[in-house]
This record gives sequence, structure tokens and C-alpha cells, in this order.
Amino acid sequence: MRSADCSAGPRQHEVMPLKKPEPLIFELSRGGRGATAQYPAAEEAEIPEAFRRRKAPPLPEVSELQAVRHYTRLSQLNFGIDTHFYPLGSCTMKYNPRVCNSLAMLPGFLDRHPLAPASTGQGVMACLFELQEMLLHVTGMAGVSLTPMAGAQGEFAGVAMIRAYHRARGDTARNEIIVPDAAHGTNPATASMCGMKVREIPSLPDGDVDVAALEAALSPATAGIMLTNPSTLGVFERRIVEIAHKVHDAGGLLYYDGANLNAILGKVRPGDMGFDVIHMNLHKTFSTPHGGGGPGSGAVGVGKRLLPFMPVPVVGREGGRYRWLDEHDLPQSIGRLSGFMGNTGVLLRAWVYMRILGAVGMRRVADFSTLNANYLLARLMEAGFDAAFPGRRASHEFIITLKRQAREQEVTAMDFAKRLLDHGYHAPTTYFPLLVPECLLIEPTESETREELDGFVEALVAIKNEAESDAARVKTAPHTMPVRRLDDVRAARQLDVAWKPAAA
Amino acid sequence: MLDRIGARSIDDLFDEIPAELRVDSLPGVPSALTEMDVSRLAAERAATDGRALNFIGAGAYEHHIPAPVWALVTRGEIYSAYTPYQAEASQGTLQIMYEYQSMIAGLTAMDVSNASLYDGASALAEACLMAVRAHRRSKSARILLPATVNPWWRRVVRGITEGQGLQLEILPYDPAEGRMDPKSLDRFSGQDITALVIQQPNFFGQLEDVDALTRCARADGALVIAAVNPLSLALLAPPGEWGDGGADIACGDAQPLGVPLSSGGPYVGFMASRMEHVRQLPGRIAGRTVDVEGKPGFTLTLQAREQHIRRGKATSNICTNQGLLMSAATIHLALLGPVGLERVARACVARTRELIAALGRLPGVRVAFAGPRFHEAVLQLDRPVAPLLESLAAEGIVGGFDLSRDYPELGHALLTCATETRTEADIEAYVRALGRLLGRAAAA
Repeated sequence: MRSADCSAGPRQHEVMPLKKPEPLIFELSRGGRGATAQYPAAEEAEIPEAFRRRKAPPLPEVSELQAVRHYTRLSQLNFGIDTHFYPLGSCTMKYNPRVCNSLAMLPGFLDRHPLAPASTGQGVMACLFELQEMLLHVTGMAGVSLTPMAGAQGEFAGVAMIRAYHRARGDTARNEIIVPDAAHGTNPATASMCGMKVREIPSLPDGDVDVAALEAALSPATAGIMLTNPSTLGVFERRIVEIAHKVHDAGGLLYYDGANLNAILGKVRPGDMGFDVIHMNLHKTFSTPHGGGGPGSGAVGVGKRLLPFMPVPVVGREGGRYRWLDEHDLPQSIGRLSGFMGNTGVLLRAWVYMRILGAVGMRRVADFSTLNANYLLARLMEAGFDAAFPGRRASHEFIITLKRQAREQEVTAMDFAKRLLDHGYHAPTTYFPLLVPECLLIEPTESETREELDGFVEALVAIKNEAESDAARVKTAPHTMPVRRLDDVRAARQLDVAWKPAAA
Repeated sequence: MLDRIGARSIDDLFDEIPAELRVDSLPGVPSALTEMDVSRLAAERAATDGRALNFIGAGAYEHHIPAPVWALVTRGEIYSAYTPYQAEASQGTLQIMYEYQSMIAGLTAMDVSNASLYDGASALAEACLMAVRAHRRSKSARILLPATVNPWWRRVVRGITEGQGLQLEILPYDPAEGRMDPKSLDRFSGQDITALVIQQPNFFGQLEDVDALTRCARADGALVIAAVNPLSLALLAPPGEWGDGGADIACGDAQPLGVPLSSGGPYVGFMASRMEHVRQLPGRIAGRTVDVEGKPGFTLTLQAREQHIRRGKATSNICTNQGLLMSAATIHLALLGPVGLERVARACVARTRELIAALGRLPGVRVAFAGPRFHEAVLQLDRPVAPLLESLAAEGIVGGFDLSRDYPELGHALLTCATETRTEADIEAYVRALGRLLGRAAAA
């Protein structure tokens, strides 16, 4: 029998394996304890006294088992894709095939120093060269550089290339980047970081860019526009060709934010849409692990005009041998963004994933991620949820708005999100994009089964019903996680961001 | 499923994409491989790259990584989670962030740390931008970058800060000592300098007089940015204790703490600062707080600095941190503890001393700089370095980094390194091979 306060939804298994908070590793520490098998022999080191540390750093002293148990337990306080449906919109939380990890960690790749002679890196460079080529064909661009270490760095590289292009032509007055209001926060932040001014333009009620507003914004100061297509509103920008013409006619370039590339993989290519430069989030579309928030990888693709400006290094092939092309080969390059050559291990994982998918598999990614999203949207609308853009096809993600529930039951999108955790589902993205009130941005990805999607619909319906009968229960969720809702205000005001040893 | 949607085919779902833009195949992308086939291909390629004996550092270092580190971070709950937006379902990730921040703050003797940046080079670039924001009285955005700072990192600083009009000034070093002469800062006295960068140990492996340099910078009203190898901090004075008041910002690459070389990345940048600058830090920060029942828990905090809230006015465009590698560094430090870490650092110093002594005895080899060093050193050879490195590589030895392009004034100079992973036999093998190549070795 399910009692009235039974919090779990239809799931049979434990939502979270551990309920109990775990002490800090520092609290487990006892002087003199240690994982001694990890210590090299004690030796003298010739460091003059003046340069030496006077007091040992406050690191924990624990046995190997204590450390293993502690971090295993911490892992059990997490939701991950491997354990839970994780429909975080705009983040493409698809399955990360295990083989991608095991092959990237083969000793030949793993133990190689980045500055070792190229003769010792022909294997890894062959993989990276193939990755460049595959990304080039998938996007319809003329060149690819793999060096940006995350999406935001890819964006930075893109805008820096746009800036360098205009400067190289003596067109120094172009210092404005146009960004739609639905854009990721990284877009305007990147433009600022590149020393550009941001001009925001609105979206129309149907989700497309307001072309009249775009025309009004275009000027001799326009350096370019940053667009995500399909947009963060979960719809394909239908007037993209017209937009591209207008921006190009005004002397600007088009930047493609590849956050949603998964939706159109093998269906339509940014290069064919008229984009001059794009970044790809390999940790989204090409399934490299999100790792609790990184590492990402933000490879960039460019059209012909921007080829000379690509960030270095880039893998080149000459006479069957591979080598790194650097500033000497690309003297107009915007330069280096990473200490070596980007997140190579991430790139290798993406290479494995793409080789397993192949050309046909890539199109199936778009097919099934779009099918799953549209199915989930149809079912939620049948169940009485409000779509933010009801007349539109969903791309691989879509938005529902809970403003009706917020008005009638005072139950917000945040409350739904927290209650979903009790049902064993990671919450969708909440309150983004900013222009849709009380929104959930839902991206199921191609990895999920129909049963999983149905379970998620049942959970949302159960929460909707509960909001009508027992709103307080929803508003105080979660009830089954290791902690209840956290005091964010206190976290910011009484800042505690590092454990310090008690004063001796 | 299509019935539920009201579509006839999956193709219908793409009907909002203009027909003239659509493609129906991807020529140029190879056909699918099975897991078995791709494993075979990858294994062959990895085997081609082999497993060299590394005597090279220059910003990335081979160290022993305890087996539990990667066994733990590749657990699905860590590997396949994302940024902890839902704190209640991400207490594991958040607590690891908090422990990491505590360990970095402790190692550097700074007040606060963020939850990591991409790598050491980009962390230094972010530190320079942060110094400009944090130093309100300085209007010059002028950053002094000694030539003893990693040249790759200096290039990245230029690449990332260029759009914001920072003035980067490269300072010469003392050619006899291979480090900065604090007196060389005298010429900036009375000028508006935003910050001085000090790398310790410096790119040559030599130890800078960090106390004197910090004092000079402070006397001129400049902030001090410390770029440090976190492993070295088990032995060397931490940035928070440099000079009389310590550095203002400490950054670097935590790759030596549990992150494999992996042909160049992913590594993990770290950044720590004094409390007064905490609101200028870029990147994620986890904080400890309580839940509605008063139970302790962790959450992302000070998010008003970040791009998803402040958009164009954020401290940086950075979104993700380097979560997986941050977790590896945390577990690595927990396993080694203060005693293990210090032993690793000492072993590095000892192996490098043995290596340099042995190589320095070869005719045609000269140790460039005297003075204290950590685990790298510059050797000057009697002939070009690059061909020698190629020949050594053919024998399975990566002998170091050729400095001739970045430091032509040093002649045929080689930066070489030995960590705790090198044995006496490894060192002997290198010495014998280089001796043979130089053609003057005693008969083996």
C-alpha cells in the first residue's frame, strides 16, 4: 500500500542509494594515517631553507580504503546519466558509451607527452585528423580546429576570428555583435570578453527571430550575429537563409552556436545555412562525458573566409605523415587558447563515438532525438501541459510553461523540478530561456526508450495532480534526497567555500 | 510514437527546415564500425605511439597516479553527471568541489579557490583579466610577464586577453641565473602597474626569489599573480606566504595531481585568491550551507558573477569547469596526503639532480644555470637539439623540450625533467643514449 506521504513515484528501485550526508574527507583525517603504498621512498631534497614551505599543507590523512569508501559514497549522492533519466534541456545528456573512455585511456595515448616529437604521435594525430575531417563534413565548413577546450572557448574563438577578419580588412569600426534574447548567457559574455558591444534583439511569439528588429539593428558597426539553430526555444529558425543574406549584405558574419547540433545532425548543415563560423560542443552532440561539469570540448569550424584565422594548433597531413600546424603555418591565426592542443582525451572519445555511429548513425541521432522530443511533447500536451510554442514542431528539445500552475496553485517550475527528483528523474533545465515564464526546457535525447519517456510523463502528471490536491507537498520537495532545499542566500552571505583546520 | 505525434514519418518531423537546405546523406563521413572494429583500430594506433621514457616537462608532467583515482572518477555517477544545477541530486559533485577548493586553498595558502578552470594557461589568462577587475585604483591594465613564465602560457594570455586591451610587457631574466633579478623591477617604480606574474618554479625549473619580487611589486602598488606547480607546494613556500603579504591570486595547472599526460589534455586549471577578491573570481564555486531542516549541504554559490545570470557583464564567459579532472585531483590529494605529496616532490627533486649531474658530465653538455631548482633544468648542447630529440625518440626516449625557438639567446638549449617515475636505470639509459648520439661517450 502506498501511504499518503509516500514520496517515491512509480519507480521500484531506490531513487538515491544513499540518504545520509557524508562527512568531509578532512573530518576522517587522523595524523599519521595514509595510503602508504602510494608513497615513494623518503629522500632528501636540496631546496634551500629560504624557499621552503614552513608548515605542511592541510591535506587529509586517510587510509586508501577510507578514501575509496568516501568518494564511492559521494558518488552515490549524485544523479548521473548512467543511473537516472537526465532530460536537461540544451545539455544533450545522452548515453556516453563506455568504449569511448576505455579506448581514449589506452596507454599509448594516455602516457604520451604533448610536446614529444610528432614521430611518436602519428597514431593519436591520425585519430584527430579524422575527427577534423568528419566534423568538417557534418557541418559543411571549410576548416576545423579542435583546440578550444569548451563550448564557451569555441564561442570565444569564433568571435575572435570574426574580429580578426574585419581588422585584417581594415574594417575596424565593426564592434557590435547581435545576439537574440533567447541566447545562452555565454553568447553575450563571450562577445564582451572579445571587446565587442552586445546588441540584443527580440524573438517573435512563434519563437523565430524578429527579422524586422534584426534589420533595424544591422549597421556599419555590425561585426556579426550569434545564432543557435534550432534555437534554445526548441524550434528551427525558418528564415535562416534570409537572415544570412541580410547579415552578409550588411557586412557582418554569422556565428553558429552548436549547442543544438544534435537535432540536425546529418539533416542540414550550418555551412549550407550560410554560417561563417561555428562551434560544436563535443560533450553534447558527440557524447563525451559531462564529468560533473567538464571537461568539455568546443571544436570550431570555419568557412573559407575565416580559414587563415583559425586558432592553432591544427593537425595537418603531408605525404602520409601528420604534424601540428602552428603560428608559422597560419600567421594570421587568432593564436592559442590552451597550453598544448586542447582536450585531446576528449577529442579521442568523440572520435570513437563518431566512428561507431558512421554516416548513417549520425542521421539516426537526429531522427530519434527529434522523435523522442516530439513524442514527449505530444504526450505532455495531451495530459494538459502548456507548450510554449504549441504550433511548432519540437526540435530535439521543447519548452513547457507552468505559468498557469504558478498562478492557480502557486506551484512554480522550480517546485516541479524539485518534486521530479523524488520520482527519480533529474529535472529539466528551469528558467531558461529567460523569456518564457515558469519554463521547463526538456531534452530527452535519442538514448532513451519509450518506456522511460512514458514514466517521465506519468511523474509529471502525478506532480500536476498533487499540486492541485496537496500543493504544500510539491512546494517543499524534494523529500527523498540526502538534503532538502538548500539555503542559497545563506550560502552567498555567510560564505563558506573552503574547510580550514581549527587554529592550533 | 508517430501516431501520438500525428506525423506519418520521422521525416515529417523535420518539415520546418527549408527543403533546399536539407541533405540526405553525409558523404565524407565513413560508415559505422562495430565496437570490436574500432577497438582494434584504436589499439593499433595507440601501439604505434608506443610508451616512451619521458624526460620532458615544460608544463605537463608524468607522475604515478594511484589506481583508485581513475577507478573512482569513471564511476557513472561522477563521469556521467553534469554541473550540479539541482543541488539536492548532486551533493556528491558539490562536496567534491568543496573538498577540492579546500585542498587548493590549503596548498596555496590562499583564502578561497574556485572549482577549477580549463587548464593552467587559460587560468593564467583569466588571472590577468581578474587582476584588472580587482585592482580598482590601477587604470593602466598593464601586466608584467617575465620571460621566465611558460612561453606557451604567455601566448595563451595574449590570445585570450587581446580583445580587452591589456598591455602585456615581457621582462628579461638574469642570463646567468635563469631567473628574475628583483632589482630589474626598479625601473617601474612610481608607474601604474596592474599586476606582476611570477611563476614558481619558473619555466626553466629554477626557483625565483618570490619574496623579493612580491615585495617589489607591492611597493609599486601592483597585484601579484602566482603561477605555481601545485605539487611543488608540498616543499616550496606557498603563494599566500610570499613576501610580506602573500600573492593576491594563485593559479596554475593541477595536471600533476592525478591527471594523465594524455597527449595534451584534458588538464585542470586552478585559481585561488584572497577573500577580498572572491567576487572577481571566474568559474564555478561550491559553498557549504544548510537545508530547510538545518542539515548541512552544498550548493553552487556567488552565481551572480557568472554568465548564465549576468550575461554580457559576467566575470568570464566560462560555463563548465573541469569537473572530472578536478575530481581526480581531489582524490589524488586525499590518497597522498601531506606526507605522500611531499615524498613525491622530494623524489622529483632528487631524480632531477641525479639526471642533471649525469648529463652534465657528458662532453658537449653544459648545465645552463646554477642556483636552486625543482624538477627541471636547462642544458646547453654543442649542436642543434631537435635532431637529437628525434634520434632519442627513435630509441624510445623523449629527452626534453627544445628551447631554441622560444629562447634563441640560450643557443642549443634543452629543458629536461625527471619525476619520481624515473628510475636509476631509466636515467642511465638516457645518459647512455645521449652520450652515444653526441659521439663522445665512454665505451659502453
